Amino acid sequence: MSAVVQLQEIHKTYDSGEVPVHAVRGVTLDIAGGEFVAVMGASGSGKSTLMNLLGCLDRPTKGRYLLGGTDVSDLDRNELADLRNQKLGFVFQGFNLLARTTARENVELPMLYGRRRFSSKEVRDHALRSLDIVGLSNRADHFPSQLSGGQQQRVAIARALINDPQILLADEPTGNLDSKTAVEIMGVFQKLNEQGITIVMVTHELDIAHYCKRNLIMRDGRLVSDTAVAGRLVATAEMQKILAAETEAKLTA
Amino acid sequence: MRFINIIKVALRALRRSAMRSILTALGIIIGIAAVIAVVSIGNGAKTQVEASIASLGQNIISVFPGNFTAGGVRGGFGSASTLTVEDALAVSREVAGIVAVSPEMNDRSQILANGLNWNSQIRGEDVNYLDIRIWGIAEGEMFTEADVRNSTKVCVIGNTVATQLFQDGDPVGQSLRIRNIPFKILGVLTAKGFNYFGQDQDDLVLIPYTSHLKRIARRPNLNSILIQAQSPDQMARIQQDVTDLLQQRRNGREPDFTVRNQQELAEAATATTKTMTFLLTVIAIISLIVGGIGIMNIMLVSVTERTREIGIRLAVGAHGRDVLTQFLVEAIILSIMGGIIGIVLGIVSSHLVNKFVGWPVQISTLAIGGAVAISTVIGVFFGFYPARKAAQLDPIEALRYE
Repeated sequence: MSAVVQLQEIHKTYDSGEVPVHAVRGVTLDIAGGEFVAVMGASGSGKSTLMNLLGCLDRPTKGRYLLGGTDVSDLDRNELADLRNQKLGFVFQGFNLLARTTARENVELPMLYGRRRFSSKEVRDHALRSLDIVGLSNRADHFPSQLSGGQQQRVAIARALINDPQILLADEPTGNLDSKTAVEIMGVFQKLNEQGITIVMVTHELDIAHYCKRNLIMRDGRLVSDTAVAGRLVATAEMQKILAAETEAKLTA
Repeated sequence: MRFINIIKVALRALRRSAMRSILTALGIIIGIAAVIAVVSIGNGAKTQVEASIASLGQNIISVFPGNFTAGGVRGGFGSASTLTVEDALAVSREVAGIVAVSPEMNDRSQILANGLNWNSQIRGEDVNYLDIRIWGIAEGEMFTEADVRNSTKVCVIGNTVATQLFQDGDPVGQSLRIRNIPFKILGVLTAKGFNYFGQDQDDLVLIPYTSHLKRIARRPNLNSILIQAQSPDQMARIQQDVTDLLQQRRNGREPDFTVRNQQELAEAATATTKTMTFLLTVIAIISLIVGGIGIMNIMLVSVTERTREIGIRLAVGAHGRDVLTQFLVEAIILSIMGGIIGIVLGIVSSHLVNKFVGWPVQISTLAIGGAVAISTVIGVFFGFYPARKAAQLDPIEALRYE
């Protein structure tokens, strides 16, 4: 498949403090359609900045970023917003759902900000389909406070999917979840990836990165490692192991 | 984003902190209510004054004697007794555009009738007086031109005099005594009530001015001359012509008379009301501005509180404009809601003032329209700064905000 993301000598410098911070120092990277990439690195390695750049939330100081073949390095604020709306889906560590707003309405949000105007029925149908993909169509009218962490993250994933994005970007998606729920979320990602969605995610947990197909390691703003995952974990199998272990624990107790 | 969605989100945000929204709108509520109430009361007072001025008659010009000075001692207004019947006749004869002229005499005296006595105003007037004052006869009839010509001892009495002196019957045809002179009662005037200055207009005895000059006052000079112009636009010209004519008749002596028109009287009477209305309106507008600042303050707090929400919206593709509209609409809804509650409160309090204090009120639709416009403008004006602040947030920083 052709490259969905092409980064060419990307630099990002922050001038806000007294000393300029050179957060990303010349990253060149191609990500093809259908890939499932984990970006790892210690804090301060520049992986979050790289994600912000990939997510069009920020612009590179230097270098070229081609998203789906078009150069997005020089787009203005509103053009970037449209790009995020149409081509990208975001999943955050803290879920970032709107409180006191139902799951369905949260999922509808990106559609409401799109260039195209949809009827409220179309928006509703899209949202329900999106929730169905993550297995939460029966929770559409629940508020985030009535959902578990894993369910909230699945609502966030449904929100990211509603506009059929080219790439799903996830920033520490399992960081706030227990290990069993983390596996559950990785299962959702693997399923989506199998259906052809490109996923790039940041994590600092090595075992979570093993659910991906390709691992990148960053250090001091540079890519220092780019390897295909050997012995990739499959979430459904891991989940069965966990359940088996739980059952055993109950029997022995 | 569709406008209906923007409104939905705004209403939800306001409902989420309902108490705070109400307190924030309170400044606007009080301001608008004050404006409506003040304008209603001011309008009511103005209408009342105008009505009572109009009850004096249409297009009236009055000539009063000037002040009298002798040996360095200056008498007060009207102390010079120099207006004569001839002056009145000359005005009537020579000034164009006049409907009627009535020479006026005015004295207070004790009157006796029916074994009772009462102190009242004795007015000497011409036959056309009731037409000028737009006054009707309740019973009997007005004296005639022949009565004026012959200085007949006849009178028409006001309603108050009738009730005071003739408690058990029809006064028409009976007589009363003024300074021991019997006057035959020809009629009773319709009740007119109190005028703007608090005087009982029905407490009078009306007699021909000639009778008054000859039998009651026993002096050659008039108290005033009452002139009715044909139309309001001739008032100024007639006022000038009367002044010129009387001046001419005085052969270059110091002017010893004053010519006033009803308009001046009305303006003087409404001036206080106008000043008060203006001052209270200024106070109300200040309270509206304070209310607006309250809205701005709360919107700023709201923007800070909802930084993360703004970040989420920006991240999923909201433009700065969408966020700006969102917060602006919220501020406008807040102030318009305040405006509407204020209008209701203003109308209610106007009616309460009318009911319990007894002041006349007149609700002004202009003030209501103005109130809606003002509260919208306040929403836009004071909502814009916080909304722009929200719109300019950086999505990354907003998402990271704790």
